[in-house]
Amino acid sequence: MSHTDTDDRAHADVAPGDEYPHEEFGAGLRSYLIGLALATLLTAASFWVAQTKVMWAPAIPVALLTFAIAQMGVHLVFFLHLTSGPDNTNNIMALAFGVLIVFLLFGGSVWIMHHMNYNMMAPVEGGVRMPLQKGVPLQPEPQKGVPMQHGGGGHH
Amino acid sequence: MSSSAAMPGAVPGVVPMRRDPNHLGHHAAGEGETRAPGRGIGGPAPKRIVVGYGFWIFLLSDIVMFAAFFAAFAVLQGGTAGGPTGAELFDLTNVAIETGLLLLSSFACGIATLALNARRPLAFQAAMAVTFLFGAGFLALELREFTDLVARDAGPTRSAFLSAFFTVVGCHGLHVTAGLLWLLTMMAQVLAKGFRPDILRRVMCFSLFWHALDIVWVAVFTVVYLMGAAT
Repeated sequence: MSHTDTDDRAHADVAPGDEYPHEEFGAGLRSYLIGLALATLLTAASFWVAQTKVMWAPAIPVALLTFAIAQMGVHLVFFLHLTSGPDNTNNIMALAFGVLIVFLLFGGSVWIMHHMNYNMMAPVEGGVRMPLQKGVPLQPEPQKGVPMQHGGGGHH
Repeated sequence: MSSSAAMPGAVPGVVPMRRDPNHLGHHAAGEGETRAPGRGIGGPAPKRIVVGYGFWIFLLSDIVMFAAFFAAFAVLQGGTAGGPTGAELFDLTNVAIETGLLLLSSFACGIATLALNARRPLAFQAAMAVTFLFGAGFLALELREFTDLVARDAGPTRSAFLSAFFTVVGCHGLHVTAGLLWLLTMMAQVLAKGFRPDILRRVMCFSLFWHALDIVWVAVFTVVYLMGAAT
């Protein structure tokens, strides 16, 4: 065989979590230290943002989600050693599919249930005003001057 | 292997070597066929890669399961049924300590992996012991929080919000418990059987599991505690 062992490794896959070449202790430690520092920083930022009064309140969930996604990325890169290299293609593609399913499952549920909650809200006190479809009157507008038959119009 | 492309007098117009016309992937640089394992003519991939990849798929499916619980929590968050809300119940200092413990545990697990690759048994056992202690500390704090909530009449039966809360956080806690038992098993197996290839594969899967749990915890403290305490 003319090919060497390193030739094989250069084109082969890498198991998830493995990082080659990190046979030496020190080189591998560096990646974990960077990861620990970044994760600590992002965690501290998350807890600070959640409790601070400085930030505009509606921006806080957006900031929290941003920090969380960033921290997951830090964990994936520095602890699980995922790279964009060709030896990691399979690992990345599996992860991408997982992320797609998570996004559909979580985002879809929240989106659908939010709209359902909105549509099934209890009727407003003193009148039926269901926000179903715009432009389709559920009941005719009460005529001016004509007394209400069943006391349904509290919005005069 | 002689390449007919370099032969003098080759018939023009005849492409001797089968190449990817789109120059994608591993043949992008035009290096031709590779004999690397797991690449067609290279034969099957090594067992370490097959095992690691399979476990990676399992972890992703586990994360999909967690996503369903997270979706349930996000939907049921407002359903407190007149009971206590997240803002009244959650102790964010406790959550911050838990987060720190789990992060350090994940870091120590990385050190254990490095020690394993360097074939240093003493460093491996020490790092795994530290991993266990931080993980157990996390679990103790979580159990204390759970018993405290139940004692304050805020158990999983109180409201839909609390049912969802105990499901998400409890499921993560169960994973941590299973991980701690697995960790002790790995320490014992490395001690008894040494750095055998099958033992190395098991420790690799354990470290993947442990790091993945920390990733799930990032979602837990963000979605459940920090965003839950705000509303």
